[in-house]
Amino acid sequence: MPGDPLAMIMRNPRASAEAIEKTKELFGLGEAWYMQFLIYLQNLFQGDFGLSFIYKKDVLEVIWDKILPTVIMVGLAQIVAIIIGVLLGVIAAWKRGTKIDVISLSFSLITYSMPTFWLGIILISIFSIGLGLFPTSGMLTPGKTFLSTLDMIRDGTVHLVLPVLTLSLVLIGEYALTMRNTLLDVLTEDYMTTVRAKGFDDKYMLKKHAVPNAMLPMITIIAINLGLTIGGAIQVETIFSWPGLGRLMYEALNGRDYPLLQGIFLLITISVILANLIADITYSYLDPRVKS
Amino acid sequence: MNTIKQEMRKKRVEAFYQSFRSNRMGMIGAVILIFFIVISIFGPLFFPFNPLEFGEPGNVLRPPGGSHLLGTDNLGRDIFSNLLAGGRVSLMVGLLATVISMFLGTSIGVVSGFAGSKTDMILMRITDFFLVLPWLPLVLVLAAILGTSIWNIILVIGLTSWAGTARVVRSQTLSLKERPFIERIRSIGADDKTIIIRHILPNVFPLVFANTILITAVAILSETTLSFLGLGDTTRSSWGMMLHYAFQSGAASSGAYWFFLPPGICVVLVVLAFTFLGYAFDEMLNPKLKRR
Amino acid sequence: MELLQINNLKTYFEISAGTVKAVDDVSLTLNYGESLGLVGESGCGKTTTALSINNLLPDEGRIVSGEILLEGKNLVEMSDREIKKIRWNDVSMIFQGAMNALNPVMKIGDQIAETIVLHQKSSFREALKKAEELFALVDLEPKRISNYPHEFSGGMKQRAMIAMALACNPKLVIGDEPTTALDVMVQAQILNLLYRLRQELNMGLILITHDLSILGETCDKIAVMYAGKIVESGDVEDIFNRNKHPYTHKLLSSFPNIHRERIMPEAIEGIPPDLINPPPGCRFHPRCPYCIEICRSEEPAMTMESKGHYYACHLGGVHNGK
Repeated sequence: MPGDPLAMIMRNPRASAEAIEKTKELFGLGEAWYMQFLIYLQNLFQGDFGLSFIYKKDVLEVIWDKILPTVIMVGLAQIVAIIIGVLLGVIAAWKRGTKIDVISLSFSLITYSMPTFWLGIILISIFSIGLGLFPTSGMLTPGKTFLSTLDMIRDGTVHLVLPVLTLSLVLIGEYALTMRNTLLDVLTEDYMTTVRAKGFDDKYMLKKHAVPNAMLPMITIIAINLGLTIGGAIQVETIFSWPGLGRLMYEALNGRDYPLLQGIFLLITISVILANLIADITYSYLDPRVKS
Repeated sequence: MNTIKQEMRKKRVEAFYQSFRSNRMGMIGAVILIFFIVISIFGPLFFPFNPLEFGEPGNVLRPPGGSHLLGTDNLGRDIFSNLLAGGRVSLMVGLLATVISMFLGTSIGVVSGFAGSKTDMILMRITDFFLVLPWLPLVLVLAAILGTSIWNIILVIGLTSWAGTARVVRSQTLSLKERPFIERIRSIGADDKTIIIRHILPNVFPLVFANTILITAVAILSETTLSFLGLGDTTRSSWGMMLHYAFQSGAASSGAYWFFLPPGICVVLVVLAFTFLGYAFDEMLNPKLKRR
Repeated sequence: MELLQINNLKTYFEISAGTVKAVDDVSLTLNYGESLGLVGESGCGKTTTALSINNLLPDEGRIVSGEILLEGKNLVEMSDREIKKIRWNDVSMIFQGAMNALNPVMKIGDQIAETIVLHQKSSFREALKKAEELFALVDLEPKRISNYPHEFSGGMKQRAMIAMALACNPKLVIGDEPTTALDVMVQAQILNLLYRLRQELNMGLILITHDLSILGETCDKIAVMYAGKIVESGDVEDIFNRNKHPYTHKLLSSFPNIHRERIMPEAIEGIPPDLINPPPGCRFHPRCPYCIEICRSEEPAMTMESKGHYYACHLGGVHNGK
């Protein structure tokens, strides 16, 4: 394997042969690769994720306190993006072809074509450096003593704004586009003509008939999207030095810390599978055609 | 008999060309793309400077002006030249990775759809697996293991983005398989291989084509992101690598907009161009999407 | 005063290929409690005529000229707000049940109740009660108003739609192919239901179909449409037994008749007309076996054969093939 982890650990060139052997044994690196894999699986089931090369601690321990920052940032960004994205998509579909539709479409396309990290860099240079409104990195101002929890929350919130803004801008673009297309499909359905024939106004038609039908596939899409959101989160956390799993992965990557990498990857994969499962269950609960 | 076929084909190509010209999105995309392709091929002939040549210490991070059209980067290298060179690399990686992805996706999709039953089930499970897995973490892990040469990056991107194409191709194959003309051809004795090559593939091709263009956009974005996160080929200058150096050297904080803005803008333009083209072809080739 | 009077209605569609003259100078009359069958092949303009009444046309369509008088009031001149009050309250529609005409994620009872809440200012609970009564009226189990559309069979969905159309006690109900895609037994049941309801409620009914055979039992009058124009109209007897227009005759004879002699039904030659550039003169002339010179250049005017029976043909009418 390139970037020999052994060499990385044993940065001390004067480490004795004995010490090297000991480390090898500790990390199981001496065995054949399939043995390593089996040992890994075995350890996994016992709750042992292995030892991080960089941190020299249990991988699980390292990951543990990075989970919350990521959940806060990504969670907030998702909520904001879903609300605004869906609204934008509905407006764009309803006013199809007008200025609003074109603007919202252009917005979606541009954010879709932009690397997430680049958007972050631009936002930093405008709002942090240029306008001095927000800090450029971290979750809390380093070295600051907080007078109360409220004070700490205020500080944390100020740090949250740019990362959440970056991530949600990208998501909004995608959700708006998808909602627009889904809603357009729904609006061509026969039952929408029936509703119109009943004499209802546009607002009612949208709210009670069109949007509920369009939201169903949206749920599935949001769930599938979770995997991609993680990609965005990694970039955002890296740019803003946000102390979450994304930045941890970046560190593990550059340090070639395989156990850590595997641990994070495993955790991410499990979360995505879980999210998809929840989405499936929610969908079958909401769609009367599936309930029975 | 042959001339009638030729006549028909000529008419179809003409009609296609006509409808393309009237599609504004497609035209914009095509123009932008041609611009970048021409620049990438011929640009390097006009390098004012050797992109990799370090400048004198005093010439570092100079704003645009004088002999350096777009200024210099943190090591005194000319940004404009790097931009031209980077275009070549970014485009090449995008295109090659897409070729791999398209080849894989189409083959798996056609075989899966055509063979049916167990083969279909197994292949679809694998496809779903790749579809659901969060993409960036997967790519990061693979890239970390395989190494960062440019060919590995192309391979990695290609190996992780075929699932969508496979799905689309499979459903198209399934619907084609049921069409009566397939039965007729079988009854005159054509074997599976002939059917696939001469009848299914040509009908699947338009769909694959539109899909491929969109995948190229994603591939270019992927390479940019990978390089930015430190997994790029350091021996070559790509737009992503430029952004990597920009970030590493704190260009955002020091306001060196000429460093991080141009490569990003190029990426956005090229990705937009491919997206426009992809949508344009999709609209033209997919009768369902045609606006009334 | 008549319930519905349509005078010289013209409804056109603007599409990229040109202007489709879907309804080109159509006039009809319907009295209270009468039922009119609007018949013709696909694309002849019957659905468009019906949709024009309530202004349910899609974006590309618009009423170019003419009047639609509902109890004397011209619907064409009404504002959007006024039309919305008319919809369902005075004029309701029954769509093809096989279509996706019911919202799949909303209970059927709710879909009926919402119209009552809107137009009759009732509470939701009272509206649901009314929905149950309506279900009983159409021979559906009242408790099933809490079902979703996919839980009903085709025939049941059609009944539900009829119940829904009656929710606000409309004066006029328009049925657009209400029995197409239903099997024959169910078709008969639905038609009987419509007949019975019409008697009980004294409402006007316009039945749109391409199937002439169902009109004999349920309609008082029939209007035959071709290429956006009415070619013959009259009461059922006139149309079935004393028809004058070649197209009407062809239409009738393309249905096998179990009582008459066993001859092959004759198909109507030719293809449906292009509504962007309709044939000059009489629109039916390219497919008419009796076409003469004048048919190719001059449009025939409506001639009266007897009271209430009109037809548009230069030949002074064809009777039973002669």
